[in-house]
Amino acid sequence: MKFLVCISNVPDTTTKITFTPDNKELNKAGVQFVINPWDEYALTRAIELKEKLGGNVTVLNVGEADTEPNIRKALAIGADDAIRVNAKPTDAYFVAQQIAAAAKEGGYDIILMGKESIDYNGFQVHGMVGELLGIPTVAPAIKLDVEGSTATLEREIEGGKEIVEVATPFVVSCQEPMCEPRIPNMRGIMTARTKPLKVVEPTGEAPRTQVTEYALPPKKQGVKLIPAESAGDLIKLLRNEAKVI
Amino acid sequence: MSVLVVVECDNGEVKKSSLEVASYGSQVAQMLGTTATAVAVGEATEANLAALGEQGISKVLYDNDSRLKDFVNGAYTKLIAAAAQQESAQIIVLANSNIGAAVGSRLSVRLQASLATNVVELPKTDGGQFVVKRGAFSGKAFSDVILSGERKIIAVKKNSMEPLHNAGQTATVENFSAQLTDADFSDAPKQVIMQEQAGGILLPEADKVVSGGRGMKGPENWNLIEDLAKALGAATACSKPVSDVDWRPHHEHVGQTGITVSPNLYIACGISGAIQHLAGVNSSKVIVVINKDPEAPFFKAADYGIVGDVFDVLPKLTQAVKELN
Repeated sequence: MKFLVCISNVPDTTTKITFTPDNKELNKAGVQFVINPWDEYALTRAIELKEKLGGNVTVLNVGEADTEPNIRKALAIGADDAIRVNAKPTDAYFVAQQIAAAAKEGGYDIILMGKESIDYNGFQVHGMVGELLGIPTVAPAIKLDVEGSTATLEREIEGGKEIVEVATPFVVSCQEPMCEPRIPNMRGIMTARTKPLKVVEPTGEAPRTQVTEYALPPKKQGVKLIPAESAGDLIKLLRNEAKVI
Repeated sequence: MSVLVVVECDNGEVKKSSLEVASYGSQVAQMLGTTATAVAVGEATEANLAALGEQGISKVLYDNDSRLKDFVNGAYTKLIAAAAQQESAQIIVLANSNIGAAVGSRLSVRLQASLATNVVELPKTDGGQFVVKRGAFSGKAFSDVILSGERKIIAVKKNSMEPLHNAGQTATVENFSAQLTDADFSDAPKQVIMQEQAGGILLPEADKVVSGGRGMKGPENWNLIEDLAKALGAATACSKPVSDVDWRPHHEHVGQTGITVSPNLYIACGISGAIQHLAGVNSSKVIVVINKDPEAPFFKAADYGIVGDVFDVLPKLTQAVKELN
């Protein structure tokens, strides 16, 4: 079975977000970039399934050369080979086209990715890839099992979950608690250096959206502390002052 | 030029997030000098659909095919695309929900539309550009995004729009069929399992949330959270460490890698406020933090705080809510 896992390169989850002085871009100074946490679920589950069923896990990232350390990390965790589409991932449609093009060429059975990236929070790429390839999409999934050419998935819905069966090929976006993400071991790190990483140029149409400006949320006024002994006063404040109850 | 609103229904009722979406869509229609039509998915009653007039909707299209009761991506996408075609919709508005995201992303390719999710405000149309404001960096920032092209799809973040209530206005409800075939239902769910929600309130839709962290000491103490939530009519939630050790189920975990919520009131009990947790809640209108550690970072993000033991404070709060009611 051939798995394609799409990973994003995102600021570490503890990053305090700031922007360049013109507010057009993230200020990357001092920011550590990691594999998007949601994508780690996709990567780990693909590796687990490969270990069970046999096959191959290819990692794909749309990004410039500075994303390669995280692509190597994915290889160290257990992916077999990687593709980097040499472009800045400007919008979801642009990224989806790159994934769809790679998927067509590679003939993958299951295309996995995280539910969304923690930077742009688009939650869009999975559906776009599915539609571009004319195959089903299951998003977001909390469980994925495969038998033969049929997969059984649990999909999260508001207030519950659905059990869905789909035949390969399909696209799935993953979220916790699908599996326990792995960290690379020394052997993985050593072998990752020699695994193939192919760099290809982007294809397809121009992006359909464009960010003009970033902004931080307005600063809070500061906390109003209520003494613990008169905790009940908080409820009066929430009704009369904040007007939320 | 027209605006199409996708309305999600469940057990006959229109979801709260869809009332917000309908209000958003009708205000966009008004800005553009046109009307807003809704297409309903899920199980709805005619009376509830007609009541969408209160949110400014003039007409509702409804396909009462019983196979559409539960979400089926292929069928929903085809149905909404057909409605968009019939209404010559240039703008489609839907909820930033699991259904909205699954359908919206497929629709954007099918209709060659630009798509923005997680949108928090009405669009700006100055200078010939169509610009929406959306949440980014897991709630730590916002971005203004130009949607280019003729067709645009907007997924509106929950609780970012106050639903309109024009009392007495009704929408006309029309039968609508997208000629769905069995093939459109090939990805239909085999089984739908609803999870128990505290007080029957869905966390992603809730406008009040009471949330507990490791400071609650154990799952056996959750009755304190539940009692306050019940008194307030709030949903319950938890921090990641709590769901990681199985004190609470994963679907209650709010934070960067859990559910992002933006209620009017978020009460955090025994949660220190790690940056990943804040990312999931900091667009809440009012944040209350109860923690015995005065140095807990969450106090910096809070509007109201009580430095105290949750085991003393929570019963007092529950009592005060009961007295108020």
